[in-house]
Amino acid sequence: MSSIQPTYSQLLSLAIPQMILVGTALLAMSIDLLALRRATLSTRSAATAILGSLGCAAAAAYIAIIHPNGNLLGGVLLGNAFIQLLQIAILALTIAVLLLAAGSTFTRHVGEYVLLILMATVGMLFLVATQDLLVIFVSIELLSLSLYTLAAFNKQSRFSWEAALKYFLFGGMSAAFLLFGFSLLYGLSNSTSLSEIGAHIHGLSPLLAIAIVCVAVGLGFKVAAAPFHFWAPDIYQAAPAPSAAFIASGSKVASFIVFFQLASIGFAGAQGSATWGHFVRGWIPVIALVAALSMVLGNFVAIRQSSVRRLLAYSAVAHAGYMLLALTAHTPQSLAALVYYVVTYSAATIGAFAVLSIVEAQTGSDRIGDLPGLSRREPVLSFCLAIFLLSLAGIPPLAGFFGKFYLFVAALQSSPESMPLLWLVILAIATSAVSLYYYLRVLKASYITTPESSAALTSGRVSGEEIPRVLCVLLAAAVVLLGAWPSLLLRPLLNALPRVF
Amino acid sequence: MLAWTIYISFFGAAILLLLPKRAASLARCLALLAATSACGIALAAFLRHRTGELFTIVDKPWIASLGIRYHLAADGISLSLVLLTGIVAIAGVLFSWDIDDRTNQFFAFYLLLIGAVYGVFLSYDLFLLFVFYEIVIIPKYFLIANWGSTRREYGAMKLAIYSIVGSAMVLVGLIAAYVAAGSSSMALDKLAGFPFSAHFQMVAFPVVFVGFAILAGLWPFHTWAPTGHVAAPTAASMLLAGVVMKLGAYGCLRVAMTLFPVGLGPWSHPVLGIDSWREVFAALAVIGILYGALVALVQRDFKFVIGYSSVSHMGFILLGLMTLNLMGLSGAIIQMISHGLIGGLLFAVVGRMVYARTHTRELAALGPMNLSSALPFAAVTFVVAGMAGMGLPGFSGFVAELMIVIGAWRAFPVLALAVGFGILIGIVYVWRAMQKAFFAERGHELPPPHPLQPITIPEKIAAALLIASSVAVGLYPQMVLNIIQPALHSLLFAGLRPGGWQ
Amino acid sequence: MTFPALTALTLLPVAAAAVLLLLPQSSSKLPRVIAAALSLLILACTLLLWVRFDHTSGALQFQERHAWIPALHVEYRLAIDGLGLIMLLLTAIVVPIGIAASWRTKKRSSLYFALVFLLQACMFGTFTALNFFHWFIFWELSLIPAFFLIRLWGGKLAGPAATQFLVYTMVGSVTMLLSFLAIYLATGTFDFIELAGRGDSFLPGVAANLGWQHVNPQHLALVLFAGVFLGFAVKVPLIPFHTWLPAAYSEAPSGVTAILTGAMSKMGVYGFLRILLPIFAPQIHKLQTPLLWISIATIVLSAFAALAQKDLKRIFAYSSINHLGYCLLAAFALVRTSDAALLPEQYAAFSGILLQVLSHAITAATIFWFISLLENRSAGTRLLTDFGGLRRIAPVFAGLMGIALFSSLGLPGLNGFPGEFLIFKGTFPLVPWAASISVLGLLITAVFILGVIQKVFTGPLQPERAVFPDLTSGERVSFAPVIALMFVLGLYPQLVLGALNSTVISYVHQLRF
Repeated sequence: MSSIQPTYSQLLSLAIPQMILVGTALLAMSIDLLALRRATLSTRSAATAILGSLGCAAAAAYIAIIHPNGNLLGGVLLGNAFIQLLQIAILALTIAVLLLAAGSTFTRHVGEYVLLILMATVGMLFLVATQDLLVIFVSIELLSLSLYTLAAFNKQSRFSWEAALKYFLFGGMSAAFLLFGFSLLYGLSNSTSLSEIGAHIHGLSPLLAIAIVCVAVGLGFKVAAAPFHFWAPDIYQAAPAPSAAFIASGSKVASFIVFFQLASIGFAGAQGSATWGHFVRGWIPVIALVAALSMVLGNFVAIRQSSVRRLLAYSAVAHAGYMLLALTAHTPQSLAALVYYVVTYSAATIGAFAVLSIVEAQTGSDRIGDLPGLSRREPVLSFCLAIFLLSLAGIPPLAGFFGKFYLFVAALQSSPESMPLLWLVILAIATSAVSLYYYLRVLKASYITTPESSAALTSGRVSGEEIPRVLCVLLAAAVVLLGAWPSLLLRPLLNALPRVF
Repeated sequence: MLAWTIYISFFGAAILLLLPKRAASLARCLALLAATSACGIALAAFLRHRTGELFTIVDKPWIASLGIRYHLAADGISLSLVLLTGIVAIAGVLFSWDIDDRTNQFFAFYLLLIGAVYGVFLSYDLFLLFVFYEIVIIPKYFLIANWGSTRREYGAMKLAIYSIVGSAMVLVGLIAAYVAAGSSSMALDKLAGFPFSAHFQMVAFPVVFVGFAILAGLWPFHTWAPTGHVAAPTAASMLLAGVVMKLGAYGCLRVAMTLFPVGLGPWSHPVLGIDSWREVFAALAVIGILYGALVALVQRDFKFVIGYSSVSHMGFILLGLMTLNLMGLSGAIIQMISHGLIGGLLFAVVGRMVYARTHTRELAALGPMNLSSALPFAAVTFVVAGMAGMGLPGFSGFVAELMIVIGAWRAFPVLALAVGFGILIGIVYVWRAMQKAFFAERGHELPPPHPLQPITIPEKIAAALLIASSVAVGLYPQMVLNIIQPALHSLLFAGLRPGGWQ
Repeated sequence: MTFPALTALTLLPVAAAAVLLLLPQSSSKLPRVIAAALSLLILACTLLLWVRFDHTSGALQFQERHAWIPALHVEYRLAIDGLGLIMLLLTAIVVPIGIAASWRTKKRSSLYFALVFLLQACMFGTFTALNFFHWFIFWELSLIPAFFLIRLWGGKLAGPAATQFLVYTMVGSVTMLLSFLAIYLATGTFDFIELAGRGDSFLPGVAANLGWQHVNPQHLALVLFAGVFLGFAVKVPLIPFHTWLPAAYSEAPSGVTAILTGAMSKMGVYGFLRILLPIFAPQIHKLQTPLLWISIATIVLSAFAALAQKDLKRIFAYSSINHLGYCLLAAFALVRTSDAALLPEQYAAFSGILLQVLSHAITAATIFWFISLLENRSAGTRLLTDFGGLRRIAPVFAGLMGIALFSSLGLPGLNGFPGEFLIFKGTFPLVPWAASISVLGLLITAVFILGVIQKVFTGPLQPERAVFPDLTSGERVSFAPVIALMFVLGLYPQLVLGALNSTVISYVHQLRF
């Protein structure tokens, strides 16, 4: 326990962003219920979503201007440059998701929808700002419960409901694993603070091994790493587009950060090693195996998909594998690489979902076979889609390429002489080469295949999609900009890092 | 100034994308303008820098925290290849004058590809080089898949997959080298100067070399080349044969060989009488020469003949690289230029002059059309290009093959004999294709099913441009050698010539 | 800087070709007139060169020497001595004959004559170049116009014939190229004169550079020699490398055949004399017996083959092989001995070669010219059995062609005789056995030529040949200078021999083995 007495002013200054969000959420819901009762559905959703975005922007502005620093109760709530950066990134992604939801008409409960998104964001903001098991767990549950509901929001679709139920059941189980793991950690160290736990662990005991596995299962579920990914394809396919994008982006950022901190700080005493042919028991080999499995399985199963959303889901599994590489390296550079990767990945994914949601509104399908004609009907949108998918494939000069490059460099940098993780890097590069194939399949459908009916060529614009269109262009510009000039994100990231380690 | 070759091309591509859809002729002129001005810049630089030594064009920090710089530089080798790119680019635009399906997009992708190729040749920072190298893949895919012909989607995908696998291997090698050298710089000279351990080089060299060589059509990784070439539209196959394959060869020389020269040295234990990667790759190159030529000999499709001939010609380049003497390396670079011009021209004749008019590439079907009198210009051009391709003296191909064989005599005498055999088969397959396509037996002359449109002016200009360039190099190779050889003598290639060039 | 006479001479036919190609395509008669005029102009220029040549000197003259590709140590080096001069002269004489023999070419005649001029340019280039690099350019390039002349204007089987011609020659070229590259590797030079000056001192260098120290340099030299030899042997040709020739000569239009046999086959002979003999004299010396046997086989077997032919063109195709066989017999005999007592015989043999190439060029070209007229008058047939009794209806034709045929037979007083005489005069003392066997060739030649004369000119007139116009006056005029030349050379060979004497002496002295 920290000897510094917490002051309420400090707590307030650290938690103001979260409070702004809660306030905005309540405001949005009440405005929706009170002021907008007569308005059309799309106006309601646009208004509430914009309000929510403004709230997020305000919170982000607060963080950017005030720079709330501090350390409450030995890591229960932290504020430093790195955390500020992460929170701003999460808020920015949330804004993107809210804008994606603006104007959508899949639900009549738009106020509640925005409320849930913002509550989930609150969970994420806490999640990245803490090094305490209890807060971690509570934040994760706040986040998860919001996500379960968000996934089920499309009441017209039976699949949405079914997928959400699946998600909920898997999620509940993984939460149980996580809680069990946390309890073992508490039992081993008599503390909920990660640094304390790290200080108490020396070598691998059987109990610790169980704890590591349980935590890996729990968080592996959150980041959709194989073999804990079974919920992902269904959710990606059936959930409303903004929900799916949110699950695929912001929640990943938060989960990876907490995973990284748990592993590198909490399990510091039981690393083990994943050198090819010389595995030493510890948490690294566990993560390395999960990473390898995710890359291989995600990429190869994605080849077989005919639904773009399912394809994105499996590719998400593969990307989770790459990102776990950063955990196995667990150096400051690899943390920076992880953040860069997960943020740019999220941006590209949200963008892809945004394009898909517009396309689905027009054609009612997300199948690759229904994409032909897109490039002639919607040249701008299909160009954006190309940018997002090529970024995911890691083609320069897009952000995804630099993300991969930096990630792999960081993974090897942990020990430049022996390069114990070289095999994983080779596997990652090899499987990412495979990934180009399925991304190109999608682009081929949109750019090359001639549509069977001429109807696919005529523009079928649906009202209420102006904001998502602008969002697509903005995200595409961001992906290009971050790829061509990585220092934009990288420099503040690296400047903030020394204060973490 | 030279950096503007890249910017002009990219800028041209952007403008073309923004043009209204109906402005097809404007798009053509813009593309021609961009290609010509880039070529003009390249030519000016080529004429100005006659010493061939390395000079920096731009050097600015890019990703400072990783030591990556936006560093463009050129020496004699890159200058010659940049000029080649410029020439082939102009010819490609002229040969694509008839594209009227989504013209803007076509030329936009085309210029994007050209710009990236310039970028590869001019990059000095390896990260930058890799970025440009990968950018090439995407426009290449779309050009083929969208505007191609036979099995275009298959050919395009195959090409994309091979390219990406190759560049994945390169990426592994580059990242490993970058990390092993202390992660402070990706500059070519820094990495080339770093003393990597012998074991590291032994492993990294083949990985990076093969990664690049896949794009250069190294046997047995060449199979993308014939299908890709055949599927591609004329301009794309010209670029593919003309410059994109050269990217691979350039990478082999510029990156793989300079970074890991020790990897070329002898192994500790010979396997099956072979005792170095150098011998392995030289043998593969010769197999490529012979295999490409033999397969070209039995093709029924005109374009496949040329496609396989590319594999054969690229084998010469790889063999030249592996000779590791001044003669062989210079020959390899001249062969890059030569094949760029001639290979491009051959594809233009087959794809544009013949196929676009007859709508068939079957040699057996072309014969009865009596093309030598229906399209005399095409026949003459093919004869000239074919002879240049088979290494007839007076054309660039001869000088190149001459120097490579001299180098090979010195390095691998037995292989030199096999190469002689390959040259012979080369003569035969060109002759066979020419006979069957243009000068088939008379007596049963059928007029073509519809009157063939005569060869247009842009085609003639482009063909003349390529032939003239090839003859210029063939008759006065010193023009190129003057700037190549100082470059090969520079510090960058010091690792390849312990104790000076042989 | 002196006037680059040889470069100018080489470029002259190129310019002529360009003129022809730029002509308007409408007129079918204009091209041939212009072509004839230009070819005579070129002949005049060559004669001017002959006059300006310093005949008292055996050294290389009209030399042009410039650095070209320093990186490869390649120079642009042109020069001629008497050997080159006679080759230039015969080429310049043969081309107008070839053009005259093609007078009735209708199809794309300007392209046809342009290709003829390009061929001439390549031959000029070959005969003047002294550096392997550009010599080889001309050597190879000459195939292209030749190929197309055969391919596009030839007979029914012209396609396979042209291809066979090309492939054979290319195989020879590639082996030659490989040998020269190996030599270059050791010596660093492509210059014929320098290489000749080095003798075989470069051989250990070749072995060392190839990393084949365990190989006997002498054996290696033989391999290199074989490579170069093959290139020339195909071109001349020597039996058994000759199988492309009858098909090519008989399928080509007669005017082209005239040039092929008159001038192009001399490229091979020239190669033997300029390149093979000076550079590889020791190897030839060592292999002399088999080489002599090859030339004897060439002489005797080709004569027998001619005897068996029915087609006039094929007969004279084999006859060409036979005549050039004498040249090579003499050439191989030259390196028999360095005994000073036999020097005069060597002079005689070498003079014989020079005379023989010139006279064969004139005679063979003229014969094919006559055959072209024969074909024109007989609707394309040229089988021996289709003719007979022409003497009666076309006496002038028969008479003039008879002169050419007798010249080919080697009748004293005509140009065929002095060359063959000198060759045998020189060869007998040097290698008596070979010369004796070769005499057989003379006899059989006499037999088949007399057979031709008998079957074509005498005997009963074939009914379908009843209308066989005699030579027109224009034709008579154009034949006159050629026939006159045959007599002049036959009666006064000193005209040529005197001019080449110094070359003969210095050439023979430079041979070292």
